[in-house]
Order: sequence, then structure tokens, then C-alpha cells
Amino acid sequence: MNKLSLVLRGIVKDNPTFVLVLGMCPTLGTTTSASNGFGMGVATMAVLIMSNLVISLIKNLIPDKVRIPAFIVVIASFVTIIQMLMQAYVPSLYAALGVFIPLIVVNCIILGRAEAFASKNSPFDSVLDGIGIGLGFTLSLTVIGAVREFLGSGSVFGHSLGLNYTDAATGSQMSYMPLVFILAPGAFLVLGYLMALFNKFAKK
Amino acid sequence: METVSYFAIILGSILVNNVVLSQFLGICPFLGVSSKVETSLGMGAAVTFVMSLTAVVAWCIQTYVLAPLGIEYMQTIVFILVIAALVQMVEIILKKVSPSLYQALGIFLPLITTNCAVLGVAILMIQKEFNLLQSVVYSASTAIGFALALVLFAGIRERLEFEDVPAAMKGTPIALVTAALLAMAFLGFSGLV
Repeated sequence: MNKLSLVLRGIVKDNPTFVLVLGMCPTLGTTTSASNGFGMGVATMAVLIMSNLVISLIKNLIPDKVRIPAFIVVIASFVTIIQMLMQAYVPSLYAALGVFIPLIVVNCIILGRAEAFASKNSPFDSVLDGIGIGLGFTLSLTVIGAVREFLGSGSVFGHSLGLNYTDAATGSQMSYMPLVFILAPGAFLVLGYLMALFNKFAKK
Repeated sequence: METVSYFAIILGSILVNNVVLSQFLGICPFLGVSSKVETSLGMGAAVTFVMSLTAVVAWCIQTYVLAPLGIEYMQTIVFILVIAALVQMVEIILKKVSPSLYQALGIFLPLITTNCAVLGVAILMIQKEFNLLQSVVYSASTAIGFALALVLFAGIRERLEFEDVPAAMKGTPIALVTAALLAMAFLGFSGLV
């Protein structure tokens, strides 16, 4: 199989968010800003690559019956490592993502790739698959985050676009943009419409 | 004071911080199993059962095993294994003890292991430093909130099936937009507690 297409197909053809519709919880929960979405995507990609590699290395050692619990233990170990690294080096991102970091364990993308790809293919191919799917996930999360951040708070990657005004009564900074896009309904709305756009233009 | 705080936990987790519509946990079953009111009732019941049970077990493990040994960092690994084992056990016991209940809930049980709401609630209740009773109340009412959102959503989707939706919006996109409107309605509860 062509190695490059293995990486590239995760981005459009098998995009985990818009095509496979997997891992919806972090997709909706962490994309309040572009950088949060990006951080979540990278954390998930790191776990995905490492777990794909290890599972593909030990695939012949695991009895078929206990394969799922064994996969989960491998994934959970890497999630714990990532969690500790993030707590140590990017504490603000760690605080912003909150409970969604330990929940990478139950992200269906990771177990799905372990079961569908890593348990059947060579370690090298599995790493490439992890990179591809991880990039697709990171890209989708960053785009959703950027759209929500722009619509909801009038900034992109934390850079304000000058769409603020100072409230005369309270003296605090207010945004002209509708805050609802940062809140829960905005997440569903933005993802719904982005998915419709993706269906219209990319799924041909 | 005590009763007020329990009331606040119940109201807060069913309406204000609804697990699906404001905390984004358990979205997969929310989108997947919500095409019929009947199946979503079954799923809601199964989740309520498993989540309350998980709360007790997870709280005991955290308090009597992980904390005394100082290995709280093992939380994620231990909890996910406990949930997986618990779901398996509930399935086996139900099959033996009450076949009729197993018939009703059986097909939903395997799905619950990967329901991130169950693990999410177990982690959150430890983070919030609840005692055992508070944890159980919190988990049960969160699960009821999940069931409520699921049933409401299923009701809407049953009607949606007969509507003429643009081709690109069919399936998940229109479901997400519908969920957005439902979430907006639940936003009205904010500030209640």
C-alpha cells in the first residue's frame, strides 16, 4: 500500500470527525477556541500513534478473547503519561481541557483504529495510520475551534480582531460577537453546519 | 443545609449542567441510539443503573485503595477496567436473574463501556470531593439527565424523519443542529442553582 496515501486518507477520505463521526465528545467539548481544539487534537494524536505502535508490536502475544481489555490497558497507560506530561508542561491547557484528557481513553477513534488497523498491520504502517487519523482529527478540531472562537469572541488563536467595546456602565471589555457560539449550543450548531458543508463539497 | 445541597446536586446535574447538552459527555449514544423513544428509554434506564453502580464501586476504590496507597494517578486505568468488568458482570447477572430485564436492557449494556459519560462522571465526582451518598445522588441524577435529553431528542427525531431535509444536511448534521436548539433551551436553566 502506498505509504503516503496511508497518511493522507485520514485527513479527507476517512476524516474521523466529518466522515466517520467518531470521538464526538472532545470534538464538541474542547473546541471553545482554536488553540484548545489544537491542543486536544495533538494530545489525542500522541496517544493514537503510541498505542497503534505498541498494539501492533504485541498483537501476536495477545489472546484473541482478551484483546479489547488488553488494548484498553495500553491506551489508558499512554493517556496517563500524556496527562502527567500536560500537567507538568502546559498547565493552562491541562486546566482548560479538564476531564476530557482522561476521557481520551474512551475516545472511539483510538480503540477503533487499534481494532481495525493496528491489530492487523505492521508497526510502521500503524504509526503512519495513527499520524494520518491524528492529523485529520487535529485539523477538524482546530477548524471547529477557530470558527467558534471567531464567531463567539471575535478572535483567532487568542488574537483579538478588535471587535470589542468597553461597556460604559461596568467598564469591562465586551465583545460584539454572539457569546452563544462559545457556549454549548454553539458547539452543536457549528459542527452541524461544518459537517453539512463537508458533505456538500468534500464527500463527492 | 444538607438537604439543600442534595437538592442542588440533583437539579444541577439534571437540568443546569445536563451531561449531554452542556458537558458534552455521552454524545455517541446520544446521536446513535436516539432515533426511537422506546430504545432511548431502554438506553437511559441501562445507563442510570450502571452509572449508579459505578459511582459506589469507583468511590470505594478511590477512597480505600488508590488514596491510601498514594497511586491516584492510576485512576484512569483502574476506573475504565472497573467499568468494563462491572458492565460485563451486570450483563451476566441480569441474564441469570431476570431474563425479561435482560431482554429489555441487554443490547445496550455492551455499548455502555464506551460511553464516556460513565467514566466522566466517576472522575468528576472524585474531583468534586463528594462523599459516598453525594456521589451516588450525583451519578444517578446525571444519568437521569442523560435519559431526559435522550428521550426528548428521540421525540424530536421521530418527527424529523418525515421532514424534507436538504441532501447535505441529512443524518448527523441535522441531528446536531437539532441538538443545538435543545441545548439552547436547556441554557435557559442556567443560574437556577
